[in-house]
Amino acid sequence: MTSQHVQAIRVRGLEKSYKKLHVLRGVDFDVRRGSIFALLGSNGAGKTTVVRIVSTLLRADAGTASVNGFDVAARPASVRESISLTGQFAAVDEILSGRENLVLVAHLRHVKDPGRVADELLRRFDLADAATRKVSTYSGGMRRRLDIAMSLIGSPPVIVLDEPTTGLDPQARIEVWQAVKELAARGTTVLLTTQDLDEAEQLADRIAILHGGRIIVNGTLTELKELLPPAKVEYVKKQPSLEEVFLAIVGDNAANSGTDGGTDKTTAATGR
Amino acid sequence: MTTHVLGDTTVLLGRSLRHITRSLDTIITTAIMPVAIMLLFVYVFGGAIQTGADSYVNYMLPGILLITIASGISYTAYRLFMDMKSGIFERFQSMPIARSGVLWAHVLTSLVANLISIGLVVLVALLMGFRTGADVLAWLAVAGILILFTLALTWIAVIAGLSAKSVDGAGAFSYPLILLPFISSAFVPTATMPGPVRAFAEYQPVTSIVNTIRDLFIRQAIGTDIWIALAWCVGILIVAYVLAMVIYRRRIS
Repeated sequence: MTSQHVQAIRVRGLEKSYKKLHVLRGVDFDVRRGSIFALLGSNGAGKTTVVRIVSTLLRADAGTASVNGFDVAARPASVRESISLTGQFAAVDEILSGRENLVLVAHLRHVKDPGRVADELLRRFDLADAATRKVSTYSGGMRRRLDIAMSLIGSPPVIVLDEPTTGLDPQARIEVWQAVKELAARGTTVLLTTQDLDEAEQLADRIAILHGGRIIVNGTLTELKELLPPAKVEYVKKQPSLEEVFLAIVGDNAANSGTDGGTDKTTAATGR
Repeated sequence: MTTHVLGDTTVLLGRSLRHITRSLDTIITTAIMPVAIMLLFVYVFGGAIQTGADSYVNYMLPGILLITIASGISYTAYRLFMDMKSGIFERFQSMPIARSGVLWAHVLTSLVANLISIGLVVLVALLMGFRTGADVLAWLAVAGILILFTLALTWIAVIAGLSAKSVDGAGAFSYPLILLPFISSAFVPTATMPGPVRAFAEYQPVTSIVNTIRDLFIRQAIGTDIWIALAWCVGILIVAYVLAMVIYRRRIS
């Protein structure tokens, strides 16, 4: 019982097959309360399958998973109270405005004063200026931020982010990273899937690599680095990465790229 | 959690009603085709059709109303499909809300949208000379049958929306439903049709519904048709509802 208080998510021996395809062959991992845990794996490794099982959208063939101490199979309703899922594609209502999207979820989460909650999140995620605009006019980064903001309503203790920055331009990616870091700073547990090694390195307290249906490595970044032979000291002229060049030319970094960044993002997208 | 069923459904209903007010074109396009058919039949073919009724608009309006509903429900399948595709469906499913509320919101929205479209069509019919001696009670009976018919077809639309693989697939199922009134007593008396077609026309659901509404409009004593019509509507409603729920459970488990 004590370990369940420490562990926000506990996964043991998870197995799942789609017809003949054996996607998960016994997945085990724990996510400590208040930490960011990254599930790393290439396309088709089964990250989304794990996420769907943990958030009660899919039943496992074998094994158990519990969130906040509630078993996903036995107490799905309690799990849904404790968890919030942000799927691979921004699940926002395009026809509604940003504020209406937030108010909608606030009503469904039965929080008090949905309007105030919505306004607060709009401010926190730098969307206040675009609050009344239809979401179909939002840029990819704004959409993702709204998506994450919607997941925070009702302050669920556990947030699951499935590839939160896939398809975003570098600036939007940094915006999302900041939002995730802020979440963890406020004590929310974050389970994150990604195929972006840089992202895992930037965000995660613990990283697990899902490969061939199993977790083959699980540890902190330092522990993972120790798995390889010790670093040699070499002198290499540091070339700026393309990302650094891009961010330097485009100018404003994520911290002050406001909601009027729509045009920047268009150029960013076409410029790539 | 069950105490939230009504509240959650109302919130979700508010959401999809907002979709409708922001895409009024869906209501107008729903009404345009039936109105066009009505104009075509009254002013082009109507002169050549012997129905025994004094006014052809009066004769064909019931069938036109059913066509309106049959074309209107395809938007429900479309909206449901888009919800599933966009991921907002999964967002709702992963939240602690009444799961059936997601479907009911779409169904009730379909009802509201179709009633508005029907109102538009009736308005045009009135301009074209449609007159009825129906009293409030008869109008209520007509409304009741149309609501039942809409619900029955909407649950078929839910099946289509839940099982469609593409946007086109989500809408295509409604074409046969739109054609059904043409092979019924809606536009010409079934007595003029050749044997097998006539047999089909007389025993398919649309004919009994059309006859009932027509009798209500001209204030004639309604015979057994109303019971056959009700049996069809309720029967289709129950079968479609049960099937939709089975598919829904399979989709979300």
